[in-house]
Amino acid sequence: MTRTGLGWWVLILPAVLLLLVFYIAPIAQVLAISFSEPEPGFGNYERLFTSESVQRVILTTLRICLITTVLALLLGFAVAYAITLASPRARSWWMLAVLVPLWISVLVRAFAWVTLLRRQGLVNDTLMSWGLISEPLPLVWNEFGILVGMVHYMVPFAVLPMLSAMREIDPRLLAAARGLGASRGQVFRQVFLPLSMPGVIASGVLVFIFSLGFYITPAILGGGKTLMVAEWISLQILDLIRWGLGTMMATMLIVAILVTLAVFSRVVDLRRMFGAGG
Amino acid sequence: MSGAAGHALAIRGLTKRYGAFTAVDDVSLDVAQGQFLTLLGPSGSGKTTILMAVAGFVEPTAGAVLLDGRDITPLPPERREFGMVFQGYALFPHMSVAENVGFPLRVRGQSRADRDAKVRAALDLVQLEKFADRLPRQLSGGQQQRVALARALVFDPTLLLLDEPLSALDKKLRAELQEELKALHRRIGRTFVNVTHDQEEALSLSDTIAILNHGKLVQVGGPTALYERPRTRFVADFLGKSNFLEGTVRESTLDGFALEAGGARLQVKLTAPAFPPPGGSVVLLSLRPEKLALLAEGETADNMVEGTIRAWSYLGAGFSLVVATEHLGEIRAVLPAWKAAIAPAEGLRLRLGWAADAAVPVEEDAPPGDTT
Repeated sequence: MTRTGLGWWVLILPAVLLLLVFYIAPIAQVLAISFSEPEPGFGNYERLFTSESVQRVILTTLRICLITTVLALLLGFAVAYAITLASPRARSWWMLAVLVPLWISVLVRAFAWVTLLRRQGLVNDTLMSWGLISEPLPLVWNEFGILVGMVHYMVPFAVLPMLSAMREIDPRLLAAARGLGASRGQVFRQVFLPLSMPGVIASGVLVFIFSLGFYITPAILGGGKTLMVAEWISLQILDLIRWGLGTMMATMLIVAILVTLAVFSRVVDLRRMFGAGG
Repeated sequence: MSGAAGHALAIRGLTKRYGAFTAVDDVSLDVAQGQFLTLLGPSGSGKTTILMAVAGFVEPTAGAVLLDGRDITPLPPERREFGMVFQGYALFPHMSVAENVGFPLRVRGQSRADRDAKVRAALDLVQLEKFADRLPRQLSGGQQQRVALARALVFDPTLLLLDEPLSALDKKLRAELQEELKALHRRIGRTFVNVTHDQEEALSLSDTIAILNHGKLVQVGGPTALYERPRTRFVADFLGKSNFLEGTVRESTLDGFALEAGGARLQVKLTAPAFPPPGGSVVLLSLRPEKLALLAEGETADNMVEGTIRAWSYLGAGFSLVVATEHLGEIRAVLPAWKAAIAPAEGLRLRLGWAADAAVPVEEDAPPGDTT
């Protein structure tokens, strides 16, 4: 190693130490526990194939995450498209509307949804007073409630990468397409949509990965009946003191995230997606 | 790509205002079928706005655009059937060259087989058959420009609109593509409308040039007519370079007049049929630098002036001289280098002369913002 090379390493040493102590060491320990508790071996991982409850948690999590991703992408695309077409003035209002929810605690938002969606909540009360339903709908403490809360939380994360992809599209391309005879619909389908695809994929990966580890929203809006992976892990470790099983699932979560990233890094430029710039 | 005749375009009283700003002010123009018209002007002269109004992207505040006598002003751009080459080409980055060229056909619902044949013919026309499967970013600027041309021509448009088509290219390539564009225009016989701020490009390509300034049409005509007989100072100055000499008319004859300018007496012969200005009136003359000649000892010309070289530069084909004269101020002259009788040097005294029909009277331009 050259002298200057060494100098650079010394400069980033504090950051490396910080990462080692607070990030890599705990993860390594999680990995170690998953192979050693309650007895050494692959016992915990065997449960992936033998335990129905483990499989159910994983399937529920995947299903909720996929639906959340699709819905957040659809809503986020509409919002990002509207922002792209908006005038500069309107654009800053739109951005505010997208970003403000991000600044409100996820806990507050989850409870807000509970008050809206519960049996005597605003939604059920309104629907009943209009005579549309005679019994309150089960809107919360089930999968539906979780989906509402998660989609609401994820839409801003879906909007931002798509917005940046859309704003990179040269508006002259859209004008050119119309000048060459394409209707507005054709311009959208054949030019705008394909060119915003990198942003859509980036948003999808981001939302999906975030959703996998969601804890507070499913815990509050799921009412303990619909379990997702994060809540299940906390249940195993904090309530049932089954460290081995909990850390096994935590390891699987990390593996799932890494695999997702690895697959999509072949499709989109992840460095750009997480803001490293071109 | 049949040799079908082009279509005639007419612009009637076109005006476009953005708030208080008038981008295009009551412009009327006619482009006969098969003609190559260039809208020439400095930036902000309204030339691009006119093109965009013809293309349908800009809605005029007043006036109309007619194609073969039919009013097309209310039609959206996609229904006008005009081919357009955009500034910077605007090729679709996610489509191959063939897909780009096939795009106008695809949105018109043509079958794959029809499309393929036409795309091949269009790429053939611009000599890019071998690049059909490349992406636009894998092509050079000149090749991208040709793809844009092929894409604009593939669907047999009634009109081809070009927005600064060559401005992104370097000088040598620009000259090459100018020739190609001109040859293409002759071959397919379409009506072309081109926008540029490059006067050389306008002179070399066009059948007709429309010169614009501050949103107004200043003069329309063939390249030679415009260069040789500019109507105003702006035209003379923008299209090539010019000396401007101001003087008072002392004597008028049937086809010319004599002018007193700064103590010198100048003879002017009118080339176009016009009435000579009355005696006593003030006249502005435009004199092209290349129309001045170096006078040898004892040689005479209709008009002669003596001076010293204040600055000079070598242009390869010629010398450009700035000569300080006693009566006429600084005069710019361009002499052919290969047969120049002198070696230019600052401070060198020389005599310059020009024929009576070399200088033409021009008008002063109306000041900008004057809407009368």
